[in-house]
Amino acid sequence: MKNSINNAFKIAKKENRPALISYTVCGDNTKDKSLQILNSISKDLDIAEWGIPHNCPTADGKDIQNSSYRALQNGIRLNDIFKLVKKFKKTKPSKPIILMGYYQVIFNYGERKFIQKCKASGVDGLIVVDLSFPDNKNFAKLCKKNSICFVQLIAPTTTIKRMREIIKSSHEMIYMISTISTTGSALKYSIKKIIKNYNVIKRIKPSKNVVIGFGITEKTISNLKSADGLVVGSAICREITRSLKGRQNPVTNVSKLVRKLKNKII
Amino acid sequence: MIKLKKKTPLIDQHDRFGFYGNKFGGNYCAETMRKPIEDLSKLFEKLRKDRKFLRKRDHYFKHYLGGETPFFKLENLTRHLGGAQIWCKDVSAIKGDAHKAYHATVNALICKESGKRYIAGDTGAGMFGKNLAMAAKKMNLKCKIFMGTKDISRQAPNVKFMRDAGAEVVPVDSGSKTLVDAVSECMRHYVSNCDNTHLAVGSAIGCNIFLKICAWSTSQISRELKKQLVKEFGEIPKLKLINVIGGGSSALGFWNEFIDFDKKHVELIGVEAKYAAPLSTNAKVAILHGAAQYCLIDKEGQIAETHSLSAGLDYPGSSPLHGLLKDSGRARYTNASDKEALAAFKLITKLEDIRPSLEPAHAWSECIRLAPKLKKSDVIVVNNCGKGYKDKKIYIEQLGYYPK
Repeated sequence: MKNSINNAFKIAKKENRPALISYTVCGDNTKDKSLQILNSISKDLDIAEWGIPHNCPTADGKDIQNSSYRALQNGIRLNDIFKLVKKFKKTKPSKPIILMGYYQVIFNYGERKFIQKCKASGVDGLIVVDLSFPDNKNFAKLCKKNSICFVQLIAPTTTIKRMREIIKSSHEMIYMISTISTTGSALKYSIKKIIKNYNVIKRIKPSKNVVIGFGITEKTISNLKSADGLVVGSAICREITRSLKGRQNPVTNVSKLVRKLKNKII
Repeated sequence: MIKLKKKTPLIDQHDRFGFYGNKFGGNYCAETMRKPIEDLSKLFEKLRKDRKFLRKRDHYFKHYLGGETPFFKLENLTRHLGGAQIWCKDVSAIKGDAHKAYHATVNALICKESGKRYIAGDTGAGMFGKNLAMAAKKMNLKCKIFMGTKDISRQAPNVKFMRDAGAEVVPVDSGSKTLVDAVSECMRHYVSNCDNTHLAVGSAIGCNIFLKICAWSTSQISRELKKQLVKEFGEIPKLKLINVIGGGSSALGFWNEFIDFDKKHVELIGVEAKYAAPLSTNAKVAILHGAAQYCLIDKEGQIAETHSLSAGLDYPGSSPLHGLLKDSGRARYTNASDKEALAAFKLITKLEDIRPSLEPAHAWSECIRLAPKLKKSDVIVVNNCGKGYKDKKIYIEQLGYYPK
């Protein structure tokens, strides 16, 4: 299990394509539905990111906010999330799963207890949006000790000096934010500029797996194929919202969308 | 217990990670914001030592905001309550009608210095929004104000003022539709536009630099008060400084110059709204809007909803600096209900000529409770930090009238 995130990237590389990473919110719109969605799309995914909903998500755009509020409204709790991860890993033990959330929820639960629970349920990695470098040093160490990959983020505003420090303290995966924005808004930069930023990171440490996220949709995904991995989040959450509004089954619709995304990068 | 450092300004008592007392504050923000807030910190540290900038600030405070706000004794109220002498620091007399005028003006000045053309801020009661809109107009900046839709409707006079001053008021319809959501949305706007926008956080909350700028700006209140006290009493008498607490920006300004005094000499009393009272109800420390602070949360750690008639106090968190003052024992915190605040307004306006908004009405309520228990030699000063006209509709709904 220890290297399952690395393995996922290796497999994608062998197939000469970027790893496809989804982001959905655990519990959206219900506990069961969110697990059904993840199970159904996982065949087309290399890594699954599951959001831990928070009601003050200051870095998320409207789509992920909607998903989070739906999940919370339907009563999702942190312990449910661990149970659902366990269930998912039981049927798909080799599919890496990363939990992504805000520090408040972890802080409230207790860092150590949280990481132990992650480990026991089979979580492979963690992204904590508002716990940035250098404040995340201890937490990242604690993750490493427990064989959990702590994913550092790099933004377009990150200076080269800071980037070097972040990369140095990073684990096997780094998340590059494509553009100055919250999740899910349109790309502000040209593809060329995004790739240029990506290459800056890669040149510093070519062995790290760098994924690009924020604003990636069916339309833009094929242009960024050269990255190690691509994260699609808001576009999927938007599809869930659309399906629910149209009284359609989000499982089928999201699966179709993820299949389309996959087809665009192979 | 945390110990405060003597002779170090309160805002500077943090470590290199932005934490006060190893516990409050910090910079819990998205990576995208790190560079902009670091740049802002550097700029602020430079400007606060820059004589030219300080002169400019003082010039604006004096000629644009109208200079020193009055300090006077409330003779009728003192007689009526029959205990301590009651004095009023009437910050609401400032142009802009509330202490937020200082903070908004300084932010607009900093925005100018940074070379950014856009400024964005959050507001609950509309006082910060109104003052920011005014300052932005004065300094030729494009201004966006984020405000919950519930607050837009209950603080309509201020919203009209913001729009008339040329600001764009962005309605926030998520969550509880109040200040907490307005702050979140404003921060999102900043995350997306930090390359050309200056973020003016409306209270002494948020990442380290934002609360520093806020408390530094409002401290004008206590600089004036100290002089006014010496002028009236010949010295700093035995005092109780009572201030309402929402995020806590006015109290920090009102108390700043008195932190180093012994609490038996100058006692600091903060008054929260009863159902938005993290400091006086033993709430847990939680992370909200970029900082660790006393904050109301539910069992799962989600931010709790609050309830107050006063839009400016309807906020689940509190400034990290108030966490520091509470845990060091320097300040004590209590609360007042909507009913108590309304009763205070009724009594004060019957006896005196001031017309406090709902926010300082909470502070007056504590003053009314406390004064009769004290001696005639004791001095209470209340920060009357906001004008009541914005709450006229609410007062009429609740009390049946609004005094002339």
